Amino acid sequence: MMIGNALLLALREIRRNLLRAGLTTLGIIIGVGAVIAMVTLGNGASASVTGSIESLGRNLVILQPGTRRGLGGGGAAASAPSFSLEDADAIKREIANLRAVAPIAMRGETVVAGNINHPTQVMGTDNSYFAVRAWDMVQGRDFTDAEVRGGRTVCIIGQTVKAKLFGSQNPLGTNIRVRDAPCEVVGVLDVKGQSTFGQDQDDIVAMPIRAMQRRITGNTSVGMVWIAANEAEDVPKVIGDLTKLMRERRHLSNAAPEDFQANDMAQITQVMQQTTAILTLFLAAIAAISLLVGGIGIMNIMLVSVTERTREIGIRLAIGARERDVLTQFLVEAVMMSAFGGLIGIALGLGASAVGTHFLNIQFVPSPGIVFIAFVFSAAIGVAFGYFPARRAARLDPIESLRHE
Amino acid sequence: MSIQIGAKPSKMAAGGPDQPALQRRSSVELIRFIEVSKIYGTGEAEVVALDRVNFSVRAGEFVAVLGPSGSGKSTAMNILGCLDTPSSGHYLFRGVDVGTLTRDQRALIRRNHIGFVFQGFNLLKRTSAIENLELPLIYRGMPKAERRAAATRALALVGLSDRASHTASELSGGQQQRVAIARALVTAPSVIFADEPTGNLDSARGHEIMNLLRALNAEHGMTIVVVTHDEEIAAYAGRRIHFLDGRIASDEAFA
Repeated sequence: MMIGNALLLALREIRRNLLRAGLTTLGIIIGVGAVIAMVTLGNGASASVTGSIESLGRNLVILQPGTRRGLGGGGAAASAPSFSLEDADAIKREIANLRAVAPIAMRGETVVAGNINHPTQVMGTDNSYFAVRAWDMVQGRDFTDAEVRGGRTVCIIGQTVKAKLFGSQNPLGTNIRVRDAPCEVVGVLDVKGQSTFGQDQDDIVAMPIRAMQRRITGNTSVGMVWIAANEAEDVPKVIGDLTKLMRERRHLSNAAPEDFQANDMAQITQVMQQTTAILTLFLAAIAAISLLVGGIGIMNIMLVSVTERTREIGIRLAIGARERDVLTQFLVEAVMMSAFGGLIGIALGLGASAVGTHFLNIQFVPSPGIVFIAFVFSAAIGVAFGYFPARRAARLDPIESLRHE
Repeated sequence: MSIQIGAKPSKMAAGGPDQPALQRRSSVELIRFIEVSKIYGTGEAEVVALDRVNFSVRAGEFVAVLGPSGSGKSTAMNILGCLDTPSSGHYLFRGVDVGTLTRDQRALIRRNHIGFVFQGFNLLKRTSAIENLELPLIYRGMPKAERRAAATRALALVGLSDRASHTASELSGGQQQRVAIARALVTAPSVIFADEPTGNLDSARGHEIMNLLRALNAEHGMTIVVVTHDEEIAAYAGRRIHFLDGRIASDEAFA
């Protein structure tokens, strides 16, 4: 029998039992839908993370302390020493092709204006930081050279801090208290929104780093240094030079591993993508289990169907169907149901992830590859789980089957 | 009642490609049982359903196989229809020893040369009459247009043209059996085997069906073998073979 006829017979049978076919297919629909939704959402999250990290700039290099092994091989990772302003100066002085170098020290503190307290992030830095982040001032000004050099306690505040402490009032010229240091507000930053990691970037108070060190942290540490190269092409050389310079300054012997990290955005992006990829894979694997369950559902229903349709099979055998005709018919039926289910699942999965990405505020990145794989896989499930019932149908004895009530 | 047998034999002539002409000479031997036995079970539980049976049927004959239940007539019918094979002896169908064929080869004989009519009609229930008729043609690989035309002709032949789109369960018993007869003859087979075709029908419907079969035989030369326990039904046939205890008790021809 030609495959076209098998398709015709299977289609007629499915049409006659539309409700049962629909229920049978439900498992596949949910399984495929879940896989598609997981992968699409995962891709979307990954793309959004990548996008927001890269929006920081491809020419950005971030210098952070690494970890070093504690003595005695106990395995406890201890934080390596942080940096100093001298390190930042040395970088500025000795590394070519740099546009900006921003030393940063951060600490969580409560800031007070009048009788309002607000816990926030206090950042010590200089104007380079705003330049590197392309972060504009909407009110007031940035730090003057004198303020930066002299470590004057003046602040630039983010939109969230402004809203909490001042509401709609003009904060410029007002003194806020950071820890026990009175600090004059000289500027207000533009809205930046949430970071990739869900932090409110506008919940920030910035002051010159020397003021931060003297009045807030009480030490001379620089937690990290953000460095902007002139061009993205300069980044590899900058990282090379930076690594060499820092090894020298931290007196690392040739054999010693680095106790700091100099990463560009590509590397950070890569790490983030690996993380989301693993997460996506994990979720998709869970979803794939429901596909398997869907396949078993199809086998179950097909077996019931074979028993229920024993007489019909007898009729078909009597009027000249060969074993392979019956086998093909039942197999095609199973594959058709699972493939239909796959198509519906793909549509539902894409629909759900379109809605999901909208609400999660991430990019909608449908992957044609995974759609194709999901379709082929759902059809393959039809073959795998339809074969056993189909073979059972094909092997029925026509005489017995015709007697079956 | 009216049995609208198409007057022109040409209406039925468009069957399978390798079909012999319907107006077969009655000299052609279609079926031959040579010492056919069928034994079920083994040892103590052994049941001899057929015991070295010999007979033959020529093309164009209308034969009734009679006998009480347990006489072996149903077993004979299964073997005749190539649904089963003899335990010993030879069953020649169109000169081919069916006992030597594989399951699939027997399926092909049924597909190309045999039409069945059953006591319980055995139509696909939720399927329209016309689609039931198309089923054997689908297995033959006949193209759609040709298939539809042949099914329509066969349905006209049994007088049910106006019921083409009714499903089997929407038809009365007599109508279902007529659809079943149409399905048996739509492929223009060499022979139609009817197993208690009137068993589920009242007597009036039963006579309708037998008249239809007789007309098919008389006007189209269709070879027909009817299995029944009912002498009245058997009276429609030109030849009656009585089975008793797995053997042929009598074999009479009537003119």
